[in-house]
Amino acid sequence: MKKKTITSLLIILAVIICLIIAQRTLDSFSLRILNLSGVYIIFAVSMNLINGFTGQLTLGHAGFIAVGAYTYSLLIMDSDLKQMNFFLKPLISPLDTLQLGFFPAMIIAGLLAALTGFLVGAPALRLRGDYLAIATLGFGEIIRIIFTNTQSITNGSLGLKGIPKPDNFFFIKMDNSLMWWIWVAAIITVVFHLLLIDSSYGRAFKAIREDEKAAQAMGVSLFKHKVMAMVISSFFAGIGGALLASLIGTIDPLMFRFTLTYNILLIVVIGGMGSTSGATISAIVVTVLMEALRFLDQGFLGLPELPGLRMVVFAILLLIVVLFYPKGIMGNEELTWSKLRRLFGKPFAAKEVNR
Amino acid sequence: MFKKRIAWLLLIAFLIITLTVSGCGGNNQSAGGGKQEQQNEATGTEEDVIKIGVFEPMTGANAAGGAMEVEGIQLANELYPEVLGKKIKLVIADNKSDKVEAANAVTRLIEKEKVVAIIGSWGSSFSMAAGPIAKDNQIPVVAASATNPLVTLGNDFYFRVCFIDPFQGRVMANYVYNELGARKAAIIKEVSNDYAVGLAKFFTDTFTELTGDPNCIVANVDYQTGDQEFSAQIQTAAQAKPDVIFAPGNFTESALIIKQAREQGVNIPICGGDTWEAPEFLEIGGKAVEGAVFSTFFTSEVPITEESEKFLNEYRKKYNQEPSSVAALGYDAYLVIRAAIEKAGSADPVKVRDEIAKTKDFVGAAGIITLDENGDAVKSAVLKKVQDGKFVYQTTIEP
Amino acid sequence: MTLELFLQHLTNGISLGSLYALIAIGYTMVYGILRLINFAHGDLIMVAAYIAFYGVGIFALPWYLSFFIAVLLSMTLGIITEKAAYKPLRNSPRITILISAIGVSFLLQNLGIVLFGGRPKAFQVPEIFAKVYNFGGVNIVGVTFFIPVITVILLILLVYLINFTKAGMAMRAVAKDYDTSSLMGIDVNRIISLTFGVGSALAAVGGIMWSLKFPQLIPTMGLMPGLKCFIAAVVGGIGNVTGAVVGGFLLGLGEILLVAFFPDLSGYRDAFSFILLIIILLVKPTGIMGEKIAEKV
Repeated sequence: MKKKTITSLLIILAVIICLIIAQRTLDSFSLRILNLSGVYIIFAVSMNLINGFTGQLTLGHAGFIAVGAYTYSLLIMDSDLKQMNFFLKPLISPLDTLQLGFFPAMIIAGLLAALTGFLVGAPALRLRGDYLAIATLGFGEIIRIIFTNTQSITNGSLGLKGIPKPDNFFFIKMDNSLMWWIWVAAIITVVFHLLLIDSSYGRAFKAIREDEKAAQAMGVSLFKHKVMAMVISSFFAGIGGALLASLIGTIDPLMFRFTLTYNILLIVVIGGMGSTSGATISAIVVTVLMEALRFLDQGFLGLPELPGLRMVVFAILLLIVVLFYPKGIMGNEELTWSKLRRLFGKPFAAKEVNR
Repeated sequence: MFKKRIAWLLLIAFLIITLTVSGCGGNNQSAGGGKQEQQNEATGTEEDVIKIGVFEPMTGANAAGGAMEVEGIQLANELYPEVLGKKIKLVIADNKSDKVEAANAVTRLIEKEKVVAIIGSWGSSFSMAAGPIAKDNQIPVVAASATNPLVTLGNDFYFRVCFIDPFQGRVMANYVYNELGARKAAIIKEVSNDYAVGLAKFFTDTFTELTGDPNCIVANVDYQTGDQEFSAQIQTAAQAKPDVIFAPGNFTESALIIKQAREQGVNIPICGGDTWEAPEFLEIGGKAVEGAVFSTFFTSEVPITEESEKFLNEYRKKYNQEPSSVAALGYDAYLVIRAAIEKAGSADPVKVRDEIAKTKDFVGAAGIITLDENGDAVKSAVLKKVQDGKFVYQTTIEP
Repeated sequence: MTLELFLQHLTNGISLGSLYALIAIGYTMVYGILRLINFAHGDLIMVAAYIAFYGVGIFALPWYLSFFIAVLLSMTLGIITEKAAYKPLRNSPRITILISAIGVSFLLQNLGIVLFGGRPKAFQVPEIFAKVYNFGGVNIVGVTFFIPVITVILLILLVYLINFTKAGMAMRAVAKDYDTSSLMGIDVNRIISLTFGVGSALAAVGGIMWSLKFPQLIPTMGLMPGLKCFIAAVVGGIGNVTGAVVGGFLLGLGEILLVAFFPDLSGYRDAFSFILLIIILLVKPTGIMGEKIAEKV
């Protein structure tokens, strides 16, 4: 147990050192992608909790992200900025003058998303399988449609612009403080989920995934645990939404269509349903690939421009993983040192013998 | 075990590919102007050229609009290639019809390419994503056709050479009041489209003012982007017996609305905004859209200024087709920046910004440009009508 | 609201509802046999519409031939999809098959963008479908007559196929229990392919009718109809062909009447179907006409 804690701390330290180096050396374009990866880690790990660990296929993540992003934006913008944004229909009071700091705004964003998660989950999680998937997809779309229509709260389709970035990290002023917020949030998300999965709640979640009837027979309250997983999942989705809004600086309802949910699902499936470390690795790989494969859209090897080819590649990738490697990168296991050693141990040993 | 090892190998292979590709990708991406850069090295040092960045959707959903705008910008660059005795280089970056990408593209232009000023982008939301970055780095940007008022509001470094939605809404309200004699109007708007919501609002304001009747908007119904069935909205609007229906929105949905209205026997005139000026509007709408009237920026039928004539001749020569409005606006955006650099006497971005802000009575291809205190152009609009399957120029309306 | 106007709304609602019903039948068929939401069903609508478009536009075929080929090719595509993406997963957890279905839908849409381009295309509507008729103040477009007629014909054929043929009996057996039915000498793979073929053909007919009514093609056009018709199928009672028709009409009428009576809520029109779905699922999860199905453990 102690050894495990030390290794975990070492990994976190290594990540932080990498980030410091990254901040010094990378240009702002690469930093942007690094930050985007961090946000996607939060999305993927949180979606994995309900979809991977608890085995309930829900497709409403984009809605919770939207709730987080809007809550955060409305809380952090100052009243002048709000007045400028809401030039068609004024923002209702007291939102028009209310302004909070970065941290409280982000936390409230998470809490409101969690509340939405509860309101969606409480009725929807009575359903199972396909019905649950479609119902949550419906809820996600309803949230987006509500945001489009409630112009005096969300500014409707005009969206919000000029969402400020934090200029400090826990009261320490520094450049790129947003990067630190994002990555600290990502690390906390990952660690929280690892601990949660190891706890008795986590075992209950997994029991529900494996066999609902058996879990129920063993005294696991299905409904309570499912709703709990959903609420936690949507809390982190909300936090991620807040960070996404802060990173991009402008949001509108169309950003939160269910294609966003599909993208996160893609990450989760590639990472392995039910593996936090898998989701983390996959979030980074997919985000970087999404950028790196842009050349596919622009015509390459003398081929003409084919906008959309990149997404075709991703769709095929998703199908290949589902059909041939249904466990994804990590299956439902976690990355540990012993596993790494076992994986690389044999070939290395063989080489030495050859020498 | 074996399978898992394959999965791992795949992952590692992916990472390697990713790293190499992102390396190459980095080069590729600046290669929108890659060839031009090589020319730079051939012709001389950086000192001899002034770089103007262009960020437009070259791929993705809005690629058609971006491509038309770039045509105009490139034509202007060919006709006016120099300023202050230095060559002007265009560096084109693709924003891929995506907000995040738009921000990435502008960052790249400013940091890697060290551009003096930037033109773009088609699509207000992409411009808004890029705005704060330009402001923070103090690089002036001139949008060609982004009409959402929020693009320039609160941003001293963002300008545009087109009019904004409020003006367009006013123009249409005046038109239906004066020309059609309408006293009651119904609105069918695309509620998930910022452009349509803005236009509807400003139309309502002006129309109410003109008629002096607070109930002059007799029906107000909404639809979502991508909807295809509008009969209920149409009937609700028609039942209120308006003299005219104002239906701002995308050209596809609008064409379907007009088509369905005519099929349902609703023969009230229907008006809209500049988005309707697309060939698909005519193809999808067919005979139904005959007589539809909308406001837009520019017409190739009647040259407005001497510059328009020059632009029209050269454009037809180069591309062998009639120019669209946004091509003319892209052309103007380039000219405004060039003139500002000339007046500033240097390529210092902040000085250039100050000169752009002072633009007054500038003779462009798409009309005479005067920028107001927000950095928005105050200029005339033209009205077009669909006749015999073509967009036909009706009249010019001064601000 | 005048009677005339109400009748016009009603006609519009029925016309939209019959279109939903037509597509919902295909959904419910596939679901009834395989217990699989074929997310790609909506995209088959798109594929069929594009094939019909190119058949008339590029190959200059007469429209009926072009439509026929579109149905045939979409049917083949449906069967291939099943063989490639669903069959290998038949014994995997349900969640995996669902994700695979989402993947297929994602693939078809993006392939559509690459092959057909992202800009909308105008579908050429043959004169016979485009003519407008007026009955005592109520206006009806030609295609509006065809859709319910085709829906009813297909419905009758399907009910016959499922209830009175050998293949239909086999389908019902497979729906109840694959393993046992394969022990009884039923070629399960063939029956599933047949189901997919019929389901996809229905999607294709729906897609062509859809583009006759709304003559505008974009690669994402199948998305919303796909979702809404699935909802119609669930509301009617999934697996039940008659239920799908009832659900389709309910949805179509509901959407139109919502806007007709509450114009202020017109922006929420797309949310209506989802709300209806959630209410039905919570109140009567088996749908209006659905029978109680024991969950497979």
